[in-house]
Amino acid sequence: MSPVPALVTLRIDGVEVSVEPGTVIIRAAERAGIAIPRFCDHPLLAPVGACRQCLVDVASPGPDGALRAFPKPQAACTMPVSAGMEVHTAATSEAAASAERSVMELILATHPLDCPICDKAGECPLQNQAMSSGRDISRYTGSKRTYAKPIGLTAGILLDRERCVLCQRCTRFASEIAGDPFIALQGRGGSQQVGRFDPEVLGFAGHGEAAPGAPAAARAGLADPADAVTAELVPIGDTANLAPAAGPATTELPPVPEDSPTPGEAPGTALAADGTPFASYFAGNIVQLCPVGALTSTAYRFRSRPFDLVSTPSVAEHDSSCSAVRVDVRGGRVRRRLAGNDPAVNREWLSDKDRFAFAWQSLPERLTTPLIREGGILRQASWPEAIAAAAKGLAEADGVGVVPGGRLTIEDALAYSVVARTVLGTVDIDFRARPHSAEEARFLGQAVAGTGLGVTFDDLVSATRIVFVGFEPEEEGGIVYLRCREAVKAGATIVAIAPYASPGVRRLGGTLIQVVPGGEAAALDALADDAGAMAGTVILLGERLALSPGAFTSALAAERAGARVAWIPRRVGERGAVDAGCLPGPLRPALAAAIAEHGGAVGSAAADLEVPSATNPDGATDPDGVTNPDGTMGPGRPSGADGPVEPGSCAGRDTTAIFAAAMAGEIGGLLIAGVELGDLPNPAQARAGVERAFTVSLEVLPSAVTELADVVLPVAPPAEKPGTYVTWEGRMRPFPQVLVTTAMSDATVLAALAAKLGVPVDLSLTAAHAVLAEAAGAAETPIPAASPPDDPAPLEVTLPEDSVPSTQDPAAPENTIPPAEGSTPASYVPPSPVAGEALLATWHLALDAGRLGSGEPHLAATAKAPFAVLSRATAFEIDVRDGEPLQVSTAAGAIVVPVRIADIPDRVVWLPTNSPSCQVRATLGASAGIVHIEAAPTDQPEVHT
Amino acid sequence: MSELTPVLTARWGMPDSWRLETYRRDGGYQALAKALTMEPSALVDEIKASGLRGRGGAGFPAGMKWSFLPKPDGGPRYLVVNADESEPGTCKDVPLMMADPHLLVEGIAITAYAIGCDHAFVYLRGEVVHAYRRLMGAVEEAKAAGLLGQDILGSGWGLELTVHAGAGAYICGEETALLESLEGKRGQPRLKPPFPAVAGLYARPTVVNNVETIASVPGIVARGVEWFTAMGTERSKGHGIFSLSGHVTRPGQYEAPFGITLRELLTMAGGIRAGHELKFWTPGGSSTPLFTAEHLDVPLDYEQVAAAGSMLGTRAIQIFDDTTCVVRATARWMEFYAHESCGKCTPCREGTMWLWGTVLAIQEGRGKPEDLDILADIPASIVGKAFCPLGDGAPSALTSSMRYFRSEYEDHIHLGGCPFDPAASILLEEVAL
Repeated sequence: MSPVPALVTLRIDGVEVSVEPGTVIIRAAERAGIAIPRFCDHPLLAPVGACRQCLVDVASPGPDGALRAFPKPQAACTMPVSAGMEVHTAATSEAAASAERSVMELILATHPLDCPICDKAGECPLQNQAMSSGRDISRYTGSKRTYAKPIGLTAGILLDRERCVLCQRCTRFASEIAGDPFIALQGRGGSQQVGRFDPEVLGFAGHGEAAPGAPAAARAGLADPADAVTAELVPIGDTANLAPAAGPATTELPPVPEDSPTPGEAPGTALAADGTPFASYFAGNIVQLCPVGALTSTAYRFRSRPFDLVSTPSVAEHDSSCSAVRVDVRGGRVRRRLAGNDPAVNREWLSDKDRFAFAWQSLPERLTTPLIREGGILRQASWPEAIAAAAKGLAEADGVGVVPGGRLTIEDALAYSVVARTVLGTVDIDFRARPHSAEEARFLGQAVAGTGLGVTFDDLVSATRIVFVGFEPEEEGGIVYLRCREAVKAGATIVAIAPYASPGVRRLGGTLIQVVPGGEAAALDALADDAGAMAGTVILLGERLALSPGAFTSALAAERAGARVAWIPRRVGERGAVDAGCLPGPLRPALAAAIAEHGGAVGSAAADLEVPSATNPDGATDPDGVTNPDGTMGPGRPSGADGPVEPGSCAGRDTTAIFAAAMAGEIGGLLIAGVELGDLPNPAQARAGVERAFTVSLEVLPSAVTELADVVLPVAPPAEKPGTYVTWEGRMRPFPQVLVTTAMSDATVLAALAAKLGVPVDLSLTAAHAVLAEAAGAAETPIPAASPPDDPAPLEVTLPEDSVPSTQDPAAPENTIPPAEGSTPASYVPPSPVAGEALLATWHLALDAGRLGSGEPHLAATAKAPFAVLSRATAFEIDVRDGEPLQVSTAAGAIVVPVRIADIPDRVVWLPTNSPSCQVRATLGASAGIVHIEAAPTDQPEVHT
Repeated sequence: MSELTPVLTARWGMPDSWRLETYRRDGGYQALAKALTMEPSALVDEIKASGLRGRGGAGFPAGMKWSFLPKPDGGPRYLVVNADESEPGTCKDVPLMMADPHLLVEGIAITAYAIGCDHAFVYLRGEVVHAYRRLMGAVEEAKAAGLLGQDILGSGWGLELTVHAGAGAYICGEETALLESLEGKRGQPRLKPPFPAVAGLYARPTVVNNVETIASVPGIVARGVEWFTAMGTERSKGHGIFSLSGHVTRPGQYEAPFGITLRELLTMAGGIRAGHELKFWTPGGSSTPLFTAEHLDVPLDYEQVAAAGSMLGTRAIQIFDDTTCVVRATARWMEFYAHESCGKCTPCREGTMWLWGTVLAIQEGRGKPEDLDILADIPASIVGKAFCPLGDGAPSALTSSMRYFRSEYEDHIHLGGCPFDPAASILLEEVAL
């Protein structure tokens, strides 16, 4: 324990305040409740002292103890406190007041004072402080700065330069926090301005032709290629890339084919040398940071006045970080979202997706009326009719599979869990609408479900080493990326176990442990061999590890060796779904008991849980169903299974098995919430399953599922219901209802459905909270001592391309480490592609074709254009050059995207999972394994399906 | 009557003065040989004892600056020579580097040895390509002669010297902006602390000194502290280059002991332009308040110039005779500061623009009486409130000219134009065709 540093006591305007040493005066004044005007100062940015608005009078004791006044006023935002210091702000010092007034006069001198047409007016620090320290009438009579307005910094962010007070908050955010300096100061003096490496501003106009052979970054006028966005997407291992083997063209950055997708074509949006827009996944923060109206977002500009907005604190729905947001509503519509201030989670930052992608909740095509399929066609129906139809169909179906998806609140997830087990009498429930494995399910059951708050964001920042496995924080982790940058600044090192070092990992200064897809387990084992280095190490596991045999097992081994392990899924509802028991098989005892106590059928207890009901044609109670011999609870058999259920064989079907069974007619009903078929491991099979089975779809927006469903029940998007998300840490993030509408939450609809099925259950928020509180309070079954720490205890391995229905495998009870049997990670040998083949590596880009980005074109325009990554040798082998179109194909279909040469293992191809024109699962029907690669004809770069 | 004391300027008139051979023939690099036999700390003590003060304008004691470096920790320590000479009127460093670059190189080697540095940098004003070439040539010569590079003069100690050309920004004469620029970033001043002595170039302990300061070191080492302290006044020791320009008969560089007066310098320089009288002058460049004829006998050292209401600065003495419109001269200076303000802080960025526009309006006859209030108030909004000394110095000429010549500003406003004939102040030189 380091000793707590003694506090420093000083007086500000006569008020005594004690603060930690090193605190700057302006923070100490805040502590004392004294306001000092400021523009450049921001608590989360390094002090810069640029605007000079916070000048105060300072005197501090000299060596003899006598107070000595500083001859000049000092910037309160940069001067650290010292013991016995006497600070006088404008409130008590004429010198400070005079300084404050003069700086304000100078700031306002050339400001356009166009508040009547400025979006910021009404919530503008400049406006407010001009009222408190400015003159009534300006003495400035000269001409003001005028610029073409606005310019687009990104497709989503506009800059009116004449309003800018050059406080540098935005440029400092870009370099300090996001680390992708897509904007910088340009020019100097009165013509200094924020911009985006603008050739005209920088005087480079007409200098387009640089000396041949000059490094690309130098030609772009960038001092440090490693930091620059233009260089960001230059493939890794560029020394190899610069070798002449692939022809002279490789010494240039690849020209992007003219017909390839080039987002970011909003007015004024410049493209970097490689055709990607200057952009950042966190750019929207600068709009909120701006203390004047210089930065506005395309989506909100001229849409509302701050005083017409009704603001509600809420939680963002786009990733498992569950960032705090403020939702601003006017006229019954969400107009914008701002970052909430939550130091423990997202600080004051937000990803652009969380900030801008809210239009999906109120798209014109949103489902508002229940639909029933009649004569093959969906028609509108009343709620009672639709509920009755759904109940009838599910009751008549021989077995029901429940696929609730990964985007639910924990209350809604719990509703699916309860309805599946107590009303539909099935354990065929799986939230994982993405590639998954039995090993993953066990990992989630043991190491995640009901474990409460584990590794936290703050733990990341205090870690000495952070290891990413199957996880790209910048693309898949939202705000996790910014917190990892914070960790790096605090001294942490970053290690990525991945096929190649992504730009995000490189900007974190990370070290790459290069593996072929599937090699993660071996790399983790090797890492854990250095047991001494495991203390202080945090291992972050992505959902993609389900495709990597043995990886979860190895992660648990590393945890036993002293590391801390956290699972970071992409979707907002996955952690909550795990906690709510939306995994196949029986519930963990604590949750089952809590449901029996608080969340079962109305007015009753465990007895009602024991009724398998609807799916059991004869209505007989299965005595083994609830309390299994091993002590777990819940209906004890997969839907449709005949005969008595043997103890230990009570595991349910996972997502793939559910759809396979539906396709095969083994189960006759499907209950599906927010799931895109294209996200599933096998979209074609899922489609066939939905087509064959009686499907009830609870959805917000029309989807492939709703098109094929037999009954569609519209449900509320997050803004129209209260609920709770759970962060990947296990932190509960309750949020209130923002908009009052008639839309109902999934749980409300499910309760109506359950009632119609004759099993009324209490799925209210109150009941859900009681269940969750009870489950969290109950002592979970400890991990049995039978598994000694040095026992590798591998989980069962499922090969990535082999999604064996888990009903075939005897599942171990949850909360225990399963016995060591089956193949061990070390024995896993990845398939060996031959020439013309490659192992597929893929992950989602943060901004892609995901459904929740719908309706926000400005945000979509800042997405990275899809591209494939190959090693130089592999590219050479199939005769494709950097920038040329590459065709990646399976029997199911082919994708054509431009290729980038990078340091990736030979015969491995990386593709973005779900970008426009590159939808891996839907097109290739694969998520891993061997795919064919070949040079595509250059005149056909569009998608072939 | 003070005498000229050519030390730095001693070889300027020699043929091929910039060659190593010339320099060595005149005793060059003997100070380095001597220094290499001494303990580095003894060298620092010697410079401290000499009272050598920084010649870049601020006059901070050089030896004390060197001693601020933290104890060696095994990591690099840097010497950066500020050759970004940009103050209007200042023209001493560039001719020194043109005429006697080896003097600077030797000074750098001795200083680097004294502070435990093995890589020194010269940050040179980029526009002076000729000086850049001379300096690069001198470095090459010195390297070839074993006076730079590995194992200098068999001492086992080595020094790398990098000459870097800036891109032409006055602000890069401010030491932290210089370091930013040298690191390849925008030339804007850094927040202090940390001071360069603690975290300077590449966040390592760094000494930043002016060309003239470093060039004065070999003389002190070779001839001793007593020789040096015999020159100058009590707290401003030694010799310095006084740059006379403007309406003076023989403009140029006059190297003299500190404490010499302008009256003495003018005597050496042949007096004010024939037929005219001194109107005003800058003692240390345009960032220092103007003096007038009443200050002719102020001894030019740090203390006495300050006592008389100005600053010694870089001893850039710009002389203006009675044909000069002070408003016009001030407008030019204000344009300079508005152009050179880096833009980082509000007072300097906005204030210099405002002042320039206002003075220009008055000079062009568009002024209004209330403009004089602006000229009185806005300097106070800049001075002491700006981020770095650029802003503090920017309004000096304006404020002092208003003090001595307010009526001229009023005349411009009342007349609606300039009462002076601009042609009369132009210096014409007969050119033999």
